[in-house]
Amino acid sequence: MILLIKYTLLYGTVLSLVAFGGMFSERSGIINIALEGIMVIGGLCGVVVLSLLPATFSPFLAVVITILVAAASGCIYSLLLGFASINLKADQTIGGTALNIMATAIAMIVAKLVNGSESARVLYSNKSFLFKIGTLELNVFLIIAIVALIFAVIFLYKTKTGLRLRSCGEHPQAADSVGINVYKMRYLGVGISGLLGGIGGFAYIVPAVSEWNFEVGVSGFGFLALAVMIFGQWKPLRIFLAALFFGLFRALANISSSTFLGDLNLSSNIYNMMPFIASMIILALTSKRSRAPKAEGIPYDKGSR
Amino acid sequence: MVNNKRAKDVFNSPGVRSLYSSLICIIIGLAVGFIVLLMLSPRNALSGFVTIIKGGFSYGGLGIASAIANSVPIIMTGLSVIFAFKTGLFNIGAAGQYTLGAFGGFLFAIVLDCPWYVCLIMATLFGAIWGAIPGIFKAFFNVNEVITSIMFNWIGLYLVNDIIYGGGTGVMYDRNYTKTYNLKVYHPSSVVPTWGLEKVFNSNTVTIAIFIAIIVAVVVWVILQKTKLGYELKSCGFNKNASRYAGISEKKSIIISMVIAGALAGLGGGLYYLSGTMQWNPQNSNSLPAQGFDGISVALLAMLNPLASVFSALLISHLAEGGGNLDPRYFSREIANLITGVIIYLCAFSLFFKNKINDILGRKDRLLALKIERESIRSMLPTDKYVESDDENAQKEEADKAKEK
Repeated sequence: MILLIKYTLLYGTVLSLVAFGGMFSERSGIINIALEGIMVIGGLCGVVVLSLLPATFSPFLAVVITILVAAASGCIYSLLLGFASINLKADQTIGGTALNIMATAIAMIVAKLVNGSESARVLYSNKSFLFKIGTLELNVFLIIAIVALIFAVIFLYKTKTGLRLRSCGEHPQAADSVGINVYKMRYLGVGISGLLGGIGGFAYIVPAVSEWNFEVGVSGFGFLALAVMIFGQWKPLRIFLAALFFGLFRALANISSSTFLGDLNLSSNIYNMMPFIASMIILALTSKRSRAPKAEGIPYDKGSR
Repeated sequence: MVNNKRAKDVFNSPGVRSLYSSLICIIIGLAVGFIVLLMLSPRNALSGFVTIIKGGFSYGGLGIASAIANSVPIIMTGLSVIFAFKTGLFNIGAAGQYTLGAFGGFLFAIVLDCPWYVCLIMATLFGAIWGAIPGIFKAFFNVNEVITSIMFNWIGLYLVNDIIYGGGTGVMYDRNYTKTYNLKVYHPSSVVPTWGLEKVFNSNTVTIAIFIAIIVAVVVWVILQKTKLGYELKSCGFNKNASRYAGISEKKSIIISMVIAGALAGLGGGLYYLSGTMQWNPQNSNSLPAQGFDGISVALLAMLNPLASVFSALLISHLAEGGGNLDPRYFSREIANLITGVIIYLCAFSLFFKNKINDILGRKDRLLALKIERESIRSMLPTDKYVESDDENAQKEEADKAKEK
């Protein structure tokens, strides 16, 4: 049971961080399908820096630095999406897909370079990221996710900038007519989403294991996060709850063999399928009355009114 | 004179302009690849770059054969993406449909021992079913097809792996090689024939699959450009409200379009695995078949032209072959993937390039047309009257001004 809670929180944290990222981007009017790639890049940069730090390095500083590196790299990478879809008015879905493809290639090249061999496995120590309450093992990313949740609620609903950002996702022409810089707001949305996506990728890789093969990327978690975001109706608190729900499904796959579920004799493939099937059923039921930002996916052209 | 004009039209036609922007994307993509090579190992960068450019030609017939064989599945997934795209849908689920297609092929080859053409038809059917699901979700539940098809990519992968592996005792699973049974050894009648192509390339990887792929590309072009069905599907993609008004069922169109897209990707999976050179590894549950995503690259590089997809697939598989030939001591083979990624990223806003080219070429055209028009009007009118009328106008204007005062 403890194990189930541990894994639920682990995956729930990742999904909520990344889904918050998607939410900021979509609320500003940009569909961020590149979250998967942003996660890979954030995870890669964080892990590589972590593996290069000397063993004697202060654990607290190591945690702070690597998380900042992951966030910054995700943010920079997401600007590529911003540039293509905001300035050049590219198709956002295609641009995002291209970034996903590039991210995996970059990750493989860098990981092999760091290893100096033909394997893309990177080893690191993750002890400093974990702490225990009683017998329950938790990681620092849970705290970050809760902070991100509070930040998202306050920023989106209580600040001037948040209101402006949301208005750019609903009706950018109207926003522009009252003097809001739509391009700037959309860059802000994409930038925050890159930041959170980068941390999310790092959070997916580091706490669970102490070596990572970048050949597998983050196995579809970025896309799962998008489903979480839709299920959460682009609202922070709902997204957080939805993420925990999905996390629970994913956690079942991890503990299936060691608990009573093992007696059912289902293979791990079935459990791996479950979060995806659950999300499909939920999407089918909820999408009819979905409240997506109205202007998402449409490049803003100052000339068209 | 006429000939000259026609030549200029060809030069300026939309197709050729698309070609320009594709070429710009490829050149910039290669340049980025070269910069990455320079960063990784300046001393070997040039030779590495030449290896990538040479691609399949490095090892004579063998390399060319391998490039052609690997281009077949991505022609098909590329066509799948193109077909969906032309009808306003983004089929990122080609990987899953491809997986199911491969599974359909294996099922009818290994378990039922059917001849190759039956296996291919079944592969197509399996892909079509997997493609229909996102279509149904989109049509009836209003779920974005991108999310659905990604979800069903993974569901398909886990499902197929689970059935083939079957806990190590699956009927299609060869425990000695931890893969599916080698079709060439156990089921030679299910392998797509080569019809003597092995002698041409001195390698047994090329089968008639490449010809099937080319024929399918032509068929897809005909369906999209020359048939009522293609017209209806495309019009739904352009403006669903207008087509509903014109009496086209939007829901039906979405599902038909996804079924055809899925069928194309499924056939790709069948053609690749029924060639007998590759076996499926059911224990690889972490990554989807790359061919599904390469299809997106193929489609975009071809600027969504079904016929051009054959060439763009050959180019991408040629580059991948080159990446594989790189010296692993200095460079990793993924540099080829990086180049492809950069090319698609550029293709995403190649419309921007295309419009720029159109602008530059178009402005000249417009100025010229204006000049010719003016001259022809002037030559038609008698000179003195033309001047006179001009004077009259001026007088009128002056009179008006005087009145206002």
